[in-house]
Amino acid sequence: MAPIVDVQGLRKVYKGGFEALRGVDLVMEEGEILALLGPNGAGKTTLISALCGITNPTSGRAKVAGHDIVSDYRAARRMIGLVPQEVALEPFERVINTVRFSRGLFGKPRDDALTKRLLQQLSLWDKRRSRTKELSGGMKRRVLIAKALCHEPRVLFLDEPTAGVDVELRRDMWQIVEELKKSGVTIILTTHYIEEAEAIADRVAVINRGEILLVEEKEALMARMGRKMLRIDLNEPAAEVPDDLKGYDLELSDDGRSLTYHYDTHGERTGITSLLQALSAAGMSLNDIHTRQSSLEEIFVDLVKEDAA
Amino acid sequence: MNLHAVWAIYVYEMNRFFRTLMESLLSPVISTSLYFVVFGAAIGSRIEQVEGVSYGAFIVPGLIMLSVMTQAISNASFGIYFPKFIGTIYELLSAPANFLEIVLGYVGAAATKSLMIGVVILFTAQFFVELEIRHPLAMLAFLGLTCLSFSLFGFIIGIWAENFQQLQIIPLLVITPLVFLGGSFYSISMLPPLWQTITLFNPVVYLISGFRWAFFGQADVPVGLSLLAITGFTALCLALIWLIFRTGYRIKS
Repeated sequence: MAPIVDVQGLRKVYKGGFEALRGVDLVMEEGEILALLGPNGAGKTTLISALCGITNPTSGRAKVAGHDIVSDYRAARRMIGLVPQEVALEPFERVINTVRFSRGLFGKPRDDALTKRLLQQLSLWDKRRSRTKELSGGMKRRVLIAKALCHEPRVLFLDEPTAGVDVELRRDMWQIVEELKKSGVTIILTTHYIEEAEAIADRVAVINRGEILLVEEKEALMARMGRKMLRIDLNEPAAEVPDDLKGYDLELSDDGRSLTYHYDTHGERTGITSLLQALSAAGMSLNDIHTRQSSLEEIFVDLVKEDAA
Repeated sequence: MNLHAVWAIYVYEMNRFFRTLMESLLSPVISTSLYFVVFGAAIGSRIEQVEGVSYGAFIVPGLIMLSVMTQAISNASFGIYFPKFIGTIYELLSAPANFLEIVLGYVGAAATKSLMIGVVILFTAQFFVELEIRHPLAMLAFLGLTCLSFSLFGFIIGIWAENFQQLQIIPLLVITPLVFLGGSFYSISMLPPLWQTITLFNPVVYLISGFRWAFFGQADVPVGLSLLAITGFTALCLALIWLIFRTGYRIKS
């Protein structure tokens, strides 16, 4: 099956010479959720803007649902819904009118049943006669989503959908994304909340300084890059790591009450068994042990640091 | 052609107009009435007829033009400036619509609004002076073309403007003087010969002259020339807008 989003060598050089995108390649399959992770200024919004027609790419090409975004922009843009990062709404317009406006703008005839369903799904139906300026911040974001979805796009770009929203709304947003995925919409979501990518993405792309560093299945990435950590709490505080245990990569906490051991989940031997035996041989009595896997956040920070080096 | 987009923008813009219907209509009507009182009644009563038309009636076409041009410019420029200002322009740029469709929507709405205002002022004028329109169809054509071309011009200003001050400056600094010096309140033939020549460089002269001809059958310049001037101005504005969308000037980075 042809990819729903196909970006090849996309570059964007702004006036003044700043190169925001340095040859981005990205292929997406229909129905997946891709989280585009990157620090501020990495090129996330520029990439989305270029695909949606808000900024002109300098070179390279991109197709959405098989339509070139420049030569066949009408067909390509009909497939795309965009929820921008900044909440931008005409303050005096009523919710239902602004949603109808968006649908018309994208070349679709008015469809009251669809609009109603969409507004109900986003819990906006009761507010349909309200002016957008009367809505809370969270409601405004929902209106933006309704506007982006009302022309039934197949690809939805969510640019930082949960920046500055409270925890409850963030969970709601994830719920909405989940439901959209079920209905077959492909979603690209930029975020710098790694927790968000961890919670909802199928695949993760990391972008830094205008380049995609990697695109990978979230699970695979976490398994590949992730390291595990074993913490051992001691009954009696130790002054130093006993000589017999110097061979292991162990860290003693400042109060001497716990030892931390890092190991690779993919190593043939994790070394845990022999470590525990060595501990007991050294006469140390254990109170508790914990293991923890490094989060996507730590992986991300490592990647970006590596790239900067 | 994405006609749904044209219609969506048109309806959206007209809604904005109807939300503030009283303000939109009241202010041009009041200001025009003031002109009638001051120029028509107070001063006009001491002025003889101009080219066989009472002074009060003579200034009607010029006054309508003055209002229509200012309203067309301010409506169209604000219409496109506001989305830029509040950020909703992203939607227009990402829509499957080309420049012609976007312009048709915005300019069509601005032209409709100014046409409505022009018609309201024409009715208001009936309360002050007796008016007989010799060429009603030509009058409507001139009025319509003026609404259209100045809405196009306003659209350009709205895209060019980077703040609210710039939005005001062209109407204040350029349009008002051109209209006042364009024969709204006098006939060109009343000027000294040198000024008559200089005045011919003012494009507004052609519009007002043609419009006045439709009312009274007299013109300062040939009617054909007036028609040519306004069509030329419309074409020039369209070309400029096409260029703006092509290059993304001030709307796309």
